[in-house]
Amino acid sequence: MTTLLTMSAISKRFGATHALKSVSLAVPAGKVLALIGENGAGKSTLMKVLSGAHAPDTGEMTLSDLPYRPTGPHAARLAGVSMIYQELNLAPHLSIEDNIMLGQERSRFGMLDRSAQRRIVGEALNKLGHGDLRPETPVQALSVGLQQVVEIARALVSNAKVIVFDEPTSSLARDDVQHLFDVIRRLKSEGLGIVYISHFLEEIRELCDCYAVLRDGESVGSGDLGGISNEQIVALMVGRTVDELFPQVPHEPGEIVLKLDRLCGASIPKDVSFDLRRGEILGISGLVGAGRTEMLRCLFGLDETRSGQVTIAASAPSQSPRARIAAGLGFVSEDRKTEGLAQTRSIADNLTLSRLAPYVNYGWLNLSQRRQEVARWMRVMEVKAASQDQFVHELSGGNQQKVAIARVLHQGAEILLLDEPTRGIDVGTKSQIYRLMGQLAAEGKAIIFVSSYLTELLAVCDRVGVMSRGRLKEIRPASEWTEEDIMSVAVSGESSK
Amino acid sequence: MGVSEHSSKQPSYWSTLSSVLGPFLALAAVILFFVIADWLKPGADTFWTQQNFLTIAVSTATVAVAALGMTVVIIAGGIDLSAGTAIALCATVLAWGLKTDVGAVFHRGSLEQTSKQVAELESKVKRLTDDLKKLNVLGLERGQAGKRSSLEVTLKTEQAALDGAKAEVARCRAWTAPTAITLSVLTGCLCGCLNGVLVSTLRVVPFIVTLGTMMIYLGLAKHIGSETTVRPILGSIPDWLQNFTSLLEKALWRGIPLGSWRGVPIGVWLTFVLAIGLAAILRYSVFGRYVFALGSNEQTARLCGINVPLTKIAVYSFAGFFIGMAGLYQFSRLSVGNPTSGSGLELRIIAAVVIGGASLSGGRGSVVGTLSGAAIMAVITSGCTLLELKNPIQDVILGVIIIAAVCVDQVRQHRIAR
Repeated sequence: MTTLLTMSAISKRFGATHALKSVSLAVPAGKVLALIGENGAGKSTLMKVLSGAHAPDTGEMTLSDLPYRPTGPHAARLAGVSMIYQELNLAPHLSIEDNIMLGQERSRFGMLDRSAQRRIVGEALNKLGHGDLRPETPVQALSVGLQQVVEIARALVSNAKVIVFDEPTSSLARDDVQHLFDVIRRLKSEGLGIVYISHFLEEIRELCDCYAVLRDGESVGSGDLGGISNEQIVALMVGRTVDELFPQVPHEPGEIVLKLDRLCGASIPKDVSFDLRRGEILGISGLVGAGRTEMLRCLFGLDETRSGQVTIAASAPSQSPRARIAAGLGFVSEDRKTEGLAQTRSIADNLTLSRLAPYVNYGWLNLSQRRQEVARWMRVMEVKAASQDQFVHELSGGNQQKVAIARVLHQGAEILLLDEPTRGIDVGTKSQIYRLMGQLAAEGKAIIFVSSYLTELLAVCDRVGVMSRGRLKEIRPASEWTEEDIMSVAVSGESSK
Repeated sequence: MGVSEHSSKQPSYWSTLSSVLGPFLALAAVILFFVIADWLKPGADTFWTQQNFLTIAVSTATVAVAALGMTVVIIAGGIDLSAGTAIALCATVLAWGLKTDVGAVFHRGSLEQTSKQVAELESKVKRLTDDLKKLNVLGLERGQAGKRSSLEVTLKTEQAALDGAKAEVARCRAWTAPTAITLSVLTGCLCGCLNGVLVSTLRVVPFIVTLGTMMIYLGLAKHIGSETTVRPILGSIPDWLQNFTSLLEKALWRGIPLGSWRGVPIGVWLTFVLAIGLAAILRYSVFGRYVFALGSNEQTARLCGINVPLTKIAVYSFAGFFIGMAGLYQFSRLSVGNPTSGSGLELRIIAAVVIGGASLSGGRGSVVGTLSGAAIMAVITSGCTLLELKNPIQDVILGVIIIAAVCVDQVRQHRIAR
């Protein structure tokens, strides 16, 4: 097994932060290396060093046994190291061909040589099993999965030797994920070295051959995936044994607090009806685009409801977030960057924004009173931050999500609508959130939990419903579902029973 | 004032503190620069004088007051290009109100008539007094005594009538100015309200909406002024308003120098009072929190149950109040209502806010910063004049500073979106 790329003793400081401490990595040819670590462990910094965006303070890199010192991302790509990021770097209005050849066009006497480009693009797409794609198609007309293929093709055309995938499946549907794996296996067979960064251990098991774990900027373990268990990997990531990935808190469902009756949105959802009880955690699963987020947003009054009834504790509140908040609903958006949180405001501001009334004395805000309350909430939710006046964008993803959840609790919500609350969060914080959900249910709150991660749904929820094409197909107690069942209902829209 | 809450130690603190203090330090640096330049220049040192600073303060007062309102709009993520013409509209409304005596609704008298009466009576009294004097000088002759006493009686009656008429004029005047001023400030609020309604109901960016209202207000002002400058009767302008932003020594009235307190014009004091009030509102009121939230992330604000359209209308209307006040200042400086006197002001107003550290994308801004920004512009203008630098150079310097301020903001934004 030849080693394609090595990084030895790479260190990088940013001012006072020691992001990487003597990290070493070896990428073998024709294999997939999983790079595993919590948020903040140093994975992105390491990849930035690899792609030339940062120069390391100390350490060396070699590519195909030659010294590799890229001066920037373009130089890295020319040398044969390509990065595929979670947010795709494509020009939406340009065609597949234009995007693939962007920065590496073929020209004759200054004019674009379209025939040569066509040939090259065709070859690359064929290698990836997509020879049927028409190169003139504008990229924005493609699905996310196919857009990713275009980016991979671009890497191939630049004669990549090593391709790094950074969280490629976070926003992909199940089908597309399998598809991506097929493409990666093809790349393997061509002799490329693949680095695969992901939070999803099942995916890593399915796809990767070897692993390297980072924690707090240090390499803490590497080797063949065959010789290590998931618990051991998690232990390496977190630095302690996580007793339970999914801590259980016993809770009993009580009376019905929320009733949906044939709820219809502008286009989706269609005819969604279900009941929610106090002290219950209801999971909602389904493919991307099935209407889960849309259903929550209609329920919360953010999007227009065409028809249908929403009854909360025997009253039907009007269709605005303000009214629904007053009725006891709390909503945690799936997009904490652009909607869930005001990134440029402080933790205190974000936490209290939905309910400032308790701090108003004679028309003026009592900021010191608010300070005390916010400090209490931060303690309860274990938000790790230098102070409550820190801007939210300076927190890690997990802590940001805790602030978003804390806001919903601070406003006194009795019914929580959580849309992908554990997306992009490290393992340790995830289990804290699961425990929190159990505790809230035990206190009598009702929770609707939308997620694409079936393992967590089945472990945490009491009942799970599956949505497909805008409709809620089936709800069963969690114990009566298997992951395959859920998938088949989500995909085909029909129950497997 | 502004957003910073604590002394610095943490990264967020530094960022907020520097964005508030930064413009202030820049102001100090600019002042220092001109003081040194002035000292190096041959001739008397005229920059570091009370007179000079008062001149600076007064010349920038209109822009500063309007910039206070614009700060709120920009923090909320909007912008108001109609500020300049709205100020001219308010000033014109004020002039028109004084000229046509809108206070008549309340005092039910006629200022014009009574003023005429006063003029007539004054000339009568003057004539009578002269006649009486002639009689006295010429000495008393037989039969003249009766004439003299009848003259005296007539004089007394006419004098009493004159006093009565003057009192009536004063009574009317007491109504005219306040009514006209209220009307003018109300116009400002309405202009703002219209902006707010259009911005929140139409799906058009504030830049374009206020570009349109800018022309509408210009047209309105010209219509009210009948396409010319509105000149109210000098007598109808209350003295305190005339001296509002004036630096001249004015006659004492009952022993109090009109229009200034401790040597500083009332207009300047009022600017500070308004600034302090606004800073308190931004920091300690729910409305202030909503303004920052709206500018930082409108979707988050909506998600938290904030009534976004209503808040936007409130923001622009609130800014309209400051526009109305600025119209007051504008009128005080010109003593006439000139419908075209506002064009171009909006750019200086926005420049003051931007130099003061506010971000055009919303969510950041401070009162201290805005005042510093306005002051910086005025200091540069004044300093350049003192150094006898030509006007074009001043404009170029100002342009460079505006670009620099926006660059600083961009760098900060860049660091956020990592």
